[in-house]
Amino acid sequence: MLKVNDLHASINGKEILKGINLEIKPGEVHAIMGPNGSGKSTLSSVIAGNQTFEVTQGDVLLNGESLLNFLPEERAHKGIFLSFQYPVEIPGVTTTNFIKTALNESRKAKGLPELPANELLKKIRETAELLDIDRKFLSRSLNEGFSGGEKKRNEIFQMAMLEPKLAILDETDSGLDIDALKIVANGVNKLKTKDNAILVITHYQRLLDYIIPDFVHVLYNGRIVKSGTKELAYELEEKGYDWLK
Amino acid sequence: MTTKTKYTEEHLKKELETQEYEYGFYTDIKSDKFAVGLNEAVVRAISKKKEEPEWMTDWRLQAFRAWQKMEEPNWANVHYEKPKFQEISYFSAPKKNAKLNSLDEVDPELLKTFEKLGISIDEQKRLSNVAVDIVMDSVSVATTFKKTLNERGIIFCPISEAIKNHPELVRKYIGSIVPQSDNFYAALNSAVFSDGSFCYIPKGVKCPMELSTYFRINESGTGQFERTLLIADEGSYVSYLEGCTAPKRDENQLHAAVVELIILKDAEIKYSTVQNWFPGGKDGKGGVYNFVTKRALCETNAKVSWTQVETGSAVTWKYPSCVLKGDNSVGEFYSIAVTNNYQQADTGTKMIHIGKNTKSTIISKGISAGNSQNSYRGLVRINERAENARNFSQCDSLLMGNECGAHTFPYIEAKNKSAQVEHEATTSKIGEEQLFYCNQRGINTEKAIALIVNGFSKEVLNKLPMEFAVEAQKLLEISLEGSVG
Repeated sequence: MLKVNDLHASINGKEILKGINLEIKPGEVHAIMGPNGSGKSTLSSVIAGNQTFEVTQGDVLLNGESLLNFLPEERAHKGIFLSFQYPVEIPGVTTTNFIKTALNESRKAKGLPELPANELLKKIRETAELLDIDRKFLSRSLNEGFSGGEKKRNEIFQMAMLEPKLAILDETDSGLDIDALKIVANGVNKLKTKDNAILVITHYQRLLDYIIPDFVHVLYNGRIVKSGTKELAYELEEKGYDWLK
Repeated sequence: MTTKTKYTEEHLKKELETQEYEYGFYTDIKSDKFAVGLNEAVVRAISKKKEEPEWMTDWRLQAFRAWQKMEEPNWANVHYEKPKFQEISYFSAPKKNAKLNSLDEVDPELLKTFEKLGISIDEQKRLSNVAVDIVMDSVSVATTFKKTLNERGIIFCPISEAIKNHPELVRKYIGSIVPQSDNFYAALNSAVFSDGSFCYIPKGVKCPMELSTYFRINESGTGQFERTLLIADEGSYVSYLEGCTAPKRDENQLHAAVVELIILKDAEIKYSTVQNWFPGGKDGKGGVYNFVTKRALCETNAKVSWTQVETGSAVTWKYPSCVLKGDNSVGEFYSIAVTNNYQQADTGTKMIHIGKNTKSTIISKGISAGNSQNSYRGLVRINERAENARNFSQCDSLLMGNECGAHTFPYIEAKNKSAQVEHEATTSKIGEEQLFYCNQRGINTEKAIALIVNGFSKEVLNKLPMEFAVEAQKLLEISLEGSVG
């Protein structure tokens, strides 16, 4: 589904990604781990199309099609979803209104009509139930005054509503206590199917106790220095990253 | 919606009828069209042309004499080339635009805007001056409106008509809240005002309709120096909508209007404005200068709310104010001011608390984009005898890009110790991060901006009557198109 070939990217002339190779197939869960500053968030931003970074070499393909010439919103329409490490606040715009706009923009791009209000509400209701989200929460302004856990849960809610092919969870565990972490992980697991894929980006192994990866990659200084199965995550937890240098 | 269409057609018919008359009328005038410049003779001549009674002529002359001694104010945070007052013709017929045969002949830019605003084809034609075959309709909505108003004793007419037909009311109230010598532009307006609207709601009457569509239609042809006078008699209520969301390419550079609202005991006026006059080009050339004086006087238990959405004009200078004279009176000001490109706005309000237990609320939302400058200027004054007066002010600014400016100038004068005055202000910026977040969810940048701006403006948009709010929302989007990225 997703293929990253020899990807190099830089910001302000400084190279952050120095040749990443990665392949993710439908139904798989991949985890990327690595110390701070290794390029984890840059990788997710580049896949999602953040223009702050310049791709200097290599390619990112979704189902065989290069994503690099597409705008972030076009990539979203193609099925890329990024759960942000720091979701932004939009005062005065309710989560419901926001997700309605997002959903309908995607439908429009696919040539589908807007989702009728009753169907939208039904979908919202079902999704909220699935993820155990109080619907009152959805009529609050997007992320405004939300706790860390609420923000992340809101990201997963949006993911569930938009049904992406590839969901990238960027440090979804940061700032969460263990209960919030379980709720979020639980939500993600419910959304897993054999047709979609998940890329988990994390600093710590603990999230991977709840979202079990098929593959673990270690990102270090802009390169994937080691790949393995979930056992690798435990090894990293035990030994740290230094032995991989 | 059907009634609206019917109404438009009916109006078209009416307008075309009266237009011929008008053209005839103006042809006459052309023969003795006034030279440019302003002096007493010109003021007298304007009054004479309008067949005004002597008291009105004298009133205008007083204003003119006051104006002569005044200087154009410089304190506002706007910079522009001062109009040359002696180079303006103070009595000229409105420009007679060439009649077009079909919408194909209309500027496509204009049509695009109409479409975005969701204006019906018929209305599009009317607004862009396309000749229309009139379908005669047995039901005249306009007449029904008039009838409904008449039955309740509501007077709603051009002020020039009111001067002739209701001199007792006009004479009593005109200038009672904005005196001729109030300020430079008000004095100029008082001397030379062309026309405007007059409305009187009798005691205890609740006006059964928003005076909106009606006004929208009457609106075509309002001039450079517009004068509005609204009187809500004891216990009455009216919601009044001013302005038109359709784009207005006005040739007049200087607009100096005066609006006076008199709200007697237990009465209420809700006054909503949407203003989108020509803001000037992207390079900052051209555009309307809008210098307006708007003020409301509240007697005991009276209430006024000003709601405004300002997206137009190159330079705006406008402070709808409330004089809370009566005990327990309430003043509200809700404003959205958008500036883009090289627009400059200095706008806000004055809340003058005189009576006891008076209450005022100010919610101001400024949105600046491009190279524009957007200033909020507000005064809250609590007089000595205003026991237990309360004010709450909230001024929020939203910036787009790095070249624009937002400024807040709050003035608070509290002379009574029991006063409670609260002021909150925030400034935020639409950031790359917010936009990328929206983009990532499949929402393109234009749409994302619209979403963020609407969220920001929601508290004020909610105060507008429903139909107006939808148009205002679209207008915000149009005004900010292409302002980021």
